[in-house]
Amino acid sequence: MSAVLKIENLSKSFLLHQQAGALISVFDNLNAEVKAGEAVAVTGPSGRGKSSLLKLIYGTYRANSGSIRVQSGVAWTDVVTAAPRDVIDLRRNVIGYVTQFLRVIPRVPAEMVVAEPMMDRGIAPDQALTRARMLLERLNISKRLWHLSPMTFSGGEQQRVNIARGFAAHFPILLLDEPTASLDTENRNRVLELVAEAQGQGSAIVAVFHDEQERLRACSRSIKLG
Amino acid sequence: MSPLLVAEKVSKFYGARTGCRDVSFALWPGEVLAIVGESGSGKTTLLRCLSGHVPASSGKVRYATRDGRSVALDEMSEAERRLLMRTDWGFVHQDARDGLRMGVSAGANVGERMMAVGERHYGRIRATATDWLKRVEISENRIDDSPWSYSGGMRQRLQIARNLVTSPRLVFMDEPTGGLDVSVQARLLDLIRGLVKRLDLAAIVVTHDLAVARLLSSRMMVMQQGQVIEQGLTDQILEDPQAPYTQLLVSSVLQV
Repeated sequence: MSAVLKIENLSKSFLLHQQAGALISVFDNLNAEVKAGEAVAVTGPSGRGKSSLLKLIYGTYRANSGSIRVQSGVAWTDVVTAAPRDVIDLRRNVIGYVTQFLRVIPRVPAEMVVAEPMMDRGIAPDQALTRARMLLERLNISKRLWHLSPMTFSGGEQQRVNIARGFAAHFPILLLDEPTASLDTENRNRVLELVAEAQGQGSAIVAVFHDEQERLRACSRSIKLG
Repeated sequence: MSPLLVAEKVSKFYGARTGCRDVSFALWPGEVLAIVGESGSGKTTLLRCLSGHVPASSGKVRYATRDGRSVALDEMSEAERRLLMRTDWGFVHQDARDGLRMGVSAGANVGERMMAVGERHYGRIRATATDWLKRVEISENRIDDSPWSYSGGMRQRLQIARNLVTSPRLVFMDEPTGGLDVSVQARLLDLIRGLVKRLDLAAIVVTHDLAVARLLSSRMMVMQQGQVIEQGLTDQILEDPQAPYTQLLVSSVLQV
């Protein structure tokens, strides 16, 4: 399989104007490649930019220098220099991101939270909802919760809704930030199955796992930071 | 595809005082842009220039019409501009009383916009108005009531129905949730968010509330003293702000 994500000479630091202009360097000149169908772990001590790297790839953080090139159809897009609408387009079609915490929107039911990325891509609502419910079921979210906003769900339930949302739309590149952190063993296994399936379907996966066992089970190699 | 609206170095001066200065950006179909900044930063002035409510002192605002032409606001006749405002554009005011006709019923407020674009059939007007009231969660039995009898949140939803009934492509919103209770705000925001997505509307939303910007917009511009000091994707601006003022603004939000 060929690379779908190429990171070259990537540097990131934060300049904190409100804190006496403190400059916090995250990493310098990072190089990495991820191929289609490959699961790669981001490893390193706490605070060395594991989550930051995922946010840079997603375009949430802005790089100081370097490039993050992503294959989009036949073309390549550099997230670092792309216009906002091109990044939005990548997020709709190419890069999925499972954050550590679900951003809950009042009044939007769980099944819609999961179906939304599919509908954004033009998949018919009933088809999107069918897949959403299938994923919620696999992740052991009780049927009586599907119609409710995840606002009142437990941390673990919210995280599973978030995971279902991330895996629903078959993204060619999938970023996972501690996807199993607040889950029990049964659900951890379900998530690892989903990771393996996505990988089998050709997705490139970049993941941060807190637990070493899970990391070794899910990922074949690492990008080491710090 | 081409941008729906392009601003080129738009400035507005009131005598020696600056309203806004050298604002340039392009808005594409279906995009929601939030303009944030403290009061007096020029965001409402900018919105009024962009929507043709006041003429810019310099610079151009160009709009792509449905028939594929690019027109400059200041080169249009008054009649053309009015037609654009009634058909392709909507404007949601912070105070619903500025956007509604308070002297006529709720149904007439919605029906009037339809008549302005040529609809004459009473039955169709009534049916569409009823449908739109439902879509903004106003029950059918309130259709003949005056907006005076409506609560603040209902008036705001009515104003949105009045604006969207003609299927505009671009909606300007000036602090759409300002002055409403928090619980009413959440309902309104969810409604706006859903409608914008379903109808593939482009919108420019002025707000001082970063949570509103986060929920509604995909892109954001930060204004200070009449100028745009930072722009980018909404999550970029909120999670990795670059300018000193933006960092202050983002770090000043209280967490609940």
